[in-house]
Amino acid sequence: MAIEGTVVVEIDRCKGCGLCIEACPQHVLDFADSKVNIKGYRYVVLTSAGCTGCTNCAIVCPDRVLTIYRKKEA
Amino acid sequence: MGEIQLMKGNEAIAEAAIRAGCDAYFGYPITPQSEILEYLAAANPEKRTGMIVLQAESELAAINMVYGAAAAGKKVMTTSSSPGISLMQEGLSYMAGAQLPGVIVNVVRGGPGLGTIQPSQSDYFQSTKGGGHGDYRLLVLAPASVQEMSDHVKLAFDLAFKYRNPVLILTDGLIGQMMEKVELFDPVPRSKTLPDWAACGKKGRPHNIITSLHLDAYEHEKMNQKLKEKYALMQKNEVRYETYYCEDADYLIVAYGASARISQKTVTLARNRGIKLGLLRPITLFPFPSEAIARLAAQLNGILSVEMSHGQMVEDVLLATRQYPALRVEHFGRFGGVVHTPEEILEAFIKLFIQLN
Amino acid sequence: MESTDIIKPENLVYKRSRLMTEQPLSYCPGCGHGTVTNLIAEVIEELGIESEVIGIAPVGCAVTVYDFIAIDWIGAAHGRATAVATAVKRVLPDRYVFTYQGDGDLAAIGTAETIHACNRGENITIIFVNNGIYGMTGGQMAPTTLEGMKTSTCPYGRDVNMQGPPIDITRMIAVLSGTYYVTRQAVHTPAAVRKTKKALLKAFELQKTNKGVSFIEIVSNCNSGWKMSPVDANRWMEEKMFKIYPLGDIKVDGKMLV
Repeated sequence: MAIEGTVVVEIDRCKGCGLCIEACPQHVLDFADSKVNIKGYRYVVLTSAGCTGCTNCAIVCPDRVLTIYRKKEA
Repeated sequence: MGEIQLMKGNEAIAEAAIRAGCDAYFGYPITPQSEILEYLAAANPEKRTGMIVLQAESELAAINMVYGAAAAGKKVMTTSSSPGISLMQEGLSYMAGAQLPGVIVNVVRGGPGLGTIQPSQSDYFQSTKGGGHGDYRLLVLAPASVQEMSDHVKLAFDLAFKYRNPVLILTDGLIGQMMEKVELFDPVPRSKTLPDWAACGKKGRPHNIITSLHLDAYEHEKMNQKLKEKYALMQKNEVRYETYYCEDADYLIVAYGASARISQKTVTLARNRGIKLGLLRPITLFPFPSEAIARLAAQLNGILSVEMSHGQMVEDVLLATRQYPALRVEHFGRFGGVVHTPEEILEAFIKLFIQLN
Repeated sequence: MESTDIIKPENLVYKRSRLMTEQPLSYCPGCGHGTVTNLIAEVIEELGIESEVIGIAPVGCAVTVYDFIAIDWIGAAHGRATAVATAVKRVLPDRYVFTYQGDGDLAAIGTAETIHACNRGENITIIFVNNGIYGMTGGQMAPTTLEGMKTSTCPYGRDVNMQGPPIDITRMIAVLSGTYYVTRQAVHTPAAVRKTKKALLKAFELQKTNKGVSFIEIVSNCNSGWKMSPVDANRWMEEKMFKIYPLGDIKVDGKMLV
C-alpha cells in the first residue's frame, strides 16, 4: 500500500514563491487556479493525490506555511 | 574612614570601577588614559570580584561590547580619550535609544583631529549636546580631583541604572595624570540579579528585545517622548554644583574640572586686590546648573566662563542668564592642549571687566 | 481516500516551530533568510535552549528578526554584532549566544569585529547569510557581489579592477586559530536545508565545549536584488555563486579541511 501524506497550506501566509512546487518529487503542488490570498499573493494547493508526506516542500518554504501529515502504516 | 591611597586620577577611576561592582570593562589604549586599562589588566579583578576586563580591537568595538553587556543587564564601563570617544558616538546613541545603562569616561586631550596628548576641555559640546545622531543626552559628570574621579564612578553607575541611560564622566589629561590623596569607598558587591528588562535568556518570563529601532514612526515618537521626559527629570533632580566665595560676589567665574581648580587661585588673587570674585563649579554638565547661575546673576556685573577651549560652556551660561541681557558673559581659556595659569585668568578677567576704558 | 482523515495529530510529521511568533516574516517571497530564520527556531526548540539563548540581530534584511523568534534578542549597530556577542558571552558564559548577519554587516562594515571575535576564539555561533548584495537598502553592491553582477551601485556589472573581486571572509577567518567549526551551506533545496540544519545543531552544541567560534555561512538567493524569480535565482546561485563560494565544511574540530 503506497504511503499517503497530505499538505495543509496556511493560505494567507503563503507568498507565492513557488519553491515548494519545485521541491516536490511527486509534482502534486501547484498554484491555485487564478486565486490570490488576502495579501494578493498566489498560493499553492495540492493538485492531485500522490503526496507521500516527505516534507521536502515544507522545509524549503521560507515562511513555513506548509504543515505535513503522513498516514502511519496500519 | 575608607582606605587612603596616593593615586593618579586614571588609576582612581580603575580601582573605583572594581569597587563599584562593575561586571565588565572593555577598553582600548589611547594617551592620556591608558593607565586605566593597564591598571585593570594588572589588578586582574576577575579574581577579586569576577569582573571581566577585555582590550578590544578598537573603540568602536569597545563601545559595542559595552552595549552588549549593558543589554544583558550588566554593570559595564569603558574609558577613552577624545579621538576614541568620537569613535564611540554611534554606540552611545544606540545605548541612549535602547535605554541602556553604562559608564563612559572621556579623559579629554587637545583636538580636533589627532590633536595633542595634553589636557583640554574642547569636548564639552560633544559631551553635553549629544555627540551622536538623534535627540538624546548623556548625564555628564565633571570631576575636579582624584577624589571625585573615584567617587564619580560609583555615582555614575547609580545614575546610569536609575535612568537606564549612559553616563559620561568628562575629565581631562591633567586630572587623569596627576596624583593626589584619595579615600577609596568600600567595595560594593557585584549584583547577583539582572534587571527584568535585560536580554539574558528568557527563563520564567516572556522574551525581551533590546533595540533602538521602531520602523513605525509613531512608535518611535513615543519612545522619543519617554527620552524627553527622562532628560527633563534629570534636569529637575540631578543638578550638582559647588560654589566658592559667591555670597558677596560682584563677578563670577564658571568653570569645571581642571579649570575650576585653577580658577580657585584666581579668586584668591582677585580678592587680594579687592575684587569680589566668586566661582561656581558645575559638577554635572548635563543637567547644567542654569537656575543656580540665574539666581546669582541678579547680584553680578559680569560672568567669565573659563574653559580650556574656544568657549563652549559659555553658551550655556549665556542661556542661563538670558533674563539679564545687560549682564556681560565672556569666555577666557588657553586651548589646543595649553593649560592656563591663575594669573592669566585674572589678567584676562581684569581686561574684560575691570579696565573698560 | 479523502486527505482529511490523514490530518490527525498522530500523523503530523512537520510543522512550523512553536518558537516562531505570529508575525509574518518581512523577507521577500522565496528569500533564503526566511528558511534560515525558521531553521534557527527549529534548532533552538529541538535543543531545548530557548530560555538560555540570546540572539544578536544585525542591520540588514534580518534587522527585525527579533520579531520572528520568541527568544531574547539584542539589536546591534550595523557591523557590530560580533562585538556585542563577544561581550554578552563574556558576561553570561553559560548562555548560548549567536549572531545573525548578512554579507554587508559581517564582511563590509563589520570586518574588523568579525576577524577579531574569531581571532579571540569567542564561544559564540556566527550565522552569516551571504546573498551577494545589500538587500534591505534596495540592492546595492556588497563585498560578496560577483564579478560582472549588476546591482544598483555597479549598474554595469562589478568591475574587479575598480571594486576588487568578491571577498571570501569565511576562508579568511577559517585560518584563525580561534575558529573551531567553519562551514558553508545553502538552503535552496531540501537536501541543502537538511545539511544546514545539521550544521546549526552542531554549532550550537559546540558552544558548550568552549572550543571557540562556530561560523556558518549560508549562501542564499536575493530575488528582488538579483531581479529573478525565486526558482531562477536558486538556479543562478548554483551556477554562479557556488563557483566563488563552494559549499562544504572548511574547518572541523579546529582543523582545516580545504
